[in-house]
Amino acid sequence: MAAKTMFEKIWDAHVVHEEPGQPALIYVDLHLVHEVTSPQAFDGLRLAGRPVRRPDLTVATVDHNTPTWELTRPIVDEIAKAQLDALERNAAEFNLPHFYDRFSENQGIVHVIGPELGYTLPGKTVVCGDSHTSTHGALGCFAVGIGTSEVEHVLATQTLRQFKPRTMEVRVDGPLPNGVSAKDVILGIIGKIGVNGGTGHVIEYTGEAIRGLSMDGRMTVCNMSIEGGARAGMIAPDDTTFEYVRTRPYAPKGAELEALIEQWRTLPTDAGAAYDNTVVIPAAELAPFVTWGTKPDMVAAITDRVPDPNSFASAHEREAAERALEYMGLEPSQPIQDIKIDRVFLGACTNARIDDLRAAASVIRGRQVSSDVYAMVVPGSARVKADAEAEGLDKVFKDAGFDWRVAGCSMCLGMNPDILDPGQRCASTSNRNFEGRQGKGGRTHLVSPEMAAAAAIAGHFVDVRDF
Amino acid sequence: MEPFVSLNGVVAPIDQVNVDTDMIIPAVYLKSIERTGFGPHLFDRYRYLEDGSENPDFVLNQDAYRSAQILVSGPNFGCGSSREHAPWALEDYGIRCVIAPSFADIFYNNCFKNGLLPLTLPEESVRRIMDKVQANPGVQFTVDLEAQQVRDADEDIVVDFQVDDFRRYCLLNGLDDIGLTLQHEDAIAAYEARRG
Ligand code: SF4
Repeated sequence: MAAKTMFEKIWDAHVVHEEPGQPALIYVDLHLVHEVTSPQAFDGLRLAGRPVRRPDLTVATVDHNTPTWELTRPIVDEIAKAQLDALERNAAEFNLPHFYDRFSENQGIVHVIGPELGYTLPGKTVVCGDSHTSTHGALGCFAVGIGTSEVEHVLATQTLRQFKPRTMEVRVDGPLPNGVSAKDVILGIIGKIGVNGGTGHVIEYTGEAIRGLSMDGRMTVCNMSIEGGARAGMIAPDDTTFEYVRTRPYAPKGAELEALIEQWRTLPTDAGAAYDNTVVIPAAELAPFVTWGTKPDMVAAITDRVPDPNSFASAHEREAAERALEYMGLEPSQPIQDIKIDRVFLGACTNARIDDLRAAASVIRGRQVSSDVYAMVVPGSARVKADAEAEGLDKVFKDAGFDWRVAGCSMCLGMNPDILDPGQRCASTSNRNFEGRQGKGGRTHLVSPEMAAAAAIAGHFVDVRDF
Repeated sequence: MEPFVSLNGVVAPIDQVNVDTDMIIPAVYLKSIERTGFGPHLFDRYRYLEDGSENPDFVLNQDAYRSAQILVSGPNFGCGSSREHAPWALEDYGIRCVIAPSFADIFYNNCFKNGLLPLTLPEESVRRIMDKVQANPGVQFTVDLEAQQVRDADEDIVVDFQVDDFRRYCLLNGLDDIGLTLQHEDAIAAYEARRG
């Protein structure tokens, strides 16, 4: 048999129908649904009189819109509430058994709960009406973000029409240097390949530095695949993956699980299989990174300076850099460490899992948030929150002066009450620094949880390696 | 879905790289449970000033471009979110075609589901169109999907293009994907039976 990449194995196992010149029909094993991109899809079903084909393979929760204040406080935004209510009604009307509302112990950011609860498993095809669906690929599955029309298509048919993407290997050679986190790995990769470097491709992350990451770290890396333009990101399953799956509440158990694990061991890319493209990054070149602009590929090492737009070769890049510096209120050649911040956001599906919270807590333990900074921690799910509280992390954060919130997307995207004011500057563990992403006029710098925590204490960016 | 066969309309220039989905429509406007009504918020952060009045510098607020049905822009248009509200906002405003050297994958796909043509042309052709519409505000172009050609009235710029057959067929006929897929019901059921 011809050698195949992991992506090709998963793809081939899910083709329901294909014809030359047409997108293939791919079976979907897991469909994750949230309140923002689904109401129009359910309306479409209602209009056509169609049922949800596989309610058992559909998992729904609320995350984007929900306020992160205490659950006893009501939602004041009527339009947001209407959207949350719509999902609840749709879940009831279409008999979705796996629906988790604001008050559920299983609620959380859709990309945090999928793996955490054991719905996301190696070898599966996973879709969600959200671009960061790429997160799930960390378990060794093909996970892709889709639009609302496709959400309706999947609800009605449990399949997706897709042209087969190309494959790209991103190999990070050697062990990670001290003080360099999973977030720095992916920021470094995007800085290298650019925001459209992965367009049309599925990225498989390989190499010693990737193998050494925990599952939470692998999810951070895969999460931002879309920021490099890729359709999906994935990492081969190994013992780290299997140990993670063993402790998930809704994952298969016992003999069934062991049999699956034997199958999953055959998923990794065969020796000699060819990728369409390979990029190699020596881990030794990575450092704690901070984004200085308004696209995720505008990154600089913490010890570096804001670039001078004149240093870019093309006119397009120069103009984009000038525009970004103006929006961000930064000067060319300003040292990154001199940038003062107003807010810290520790959260989002990039970095709101338990490892992230532990890493940040270890930086701030016994220290105080700068009096010039308002800092908040928003756990990625109700379970992450409960686990953190059981370990006493909430106390570490609160003692340092952080606000401790309930789970949700929060200030990642400025569609719930957590937003930046115009001109405010934020050290954020989220994945997008687009203009206005965290609120109109807000300025976002993407960093790791450790770097965000250190910045909260110092009031400006600092090198967490000397902190 | 409204079929797209041929379109003759004003082209508005958005001369930027990486126009992202948060620029096209900010998240705060995604709370509606409808598919329509997003047009007034298209490019919201750039179209309006602090007090809510129109920003006269923004291209769609200039009289020559107000009625634009076509946008021309830089590479990687539509990067970022999967929100279909982006094509919905464009369509609701009246835009039926975006011309750029490249598009982000999910946005590209979403356009076809909404009768909107994302047209990939070589960088130098995009530049020529951009220069022409900037020098002659209000100039019209024809985007002919049947003949797979873009041209202006005096045929000063004529560019042939190719859209893959399947997507072109669906767009020309305004076809809904779900209906097409359900013709393969037997294959789906067989797959489910095989996989258990
Ligand atoms: S946390 Fe941010 S990126 Fe993740 S799903 Fe929510 S809004 Fe999207």
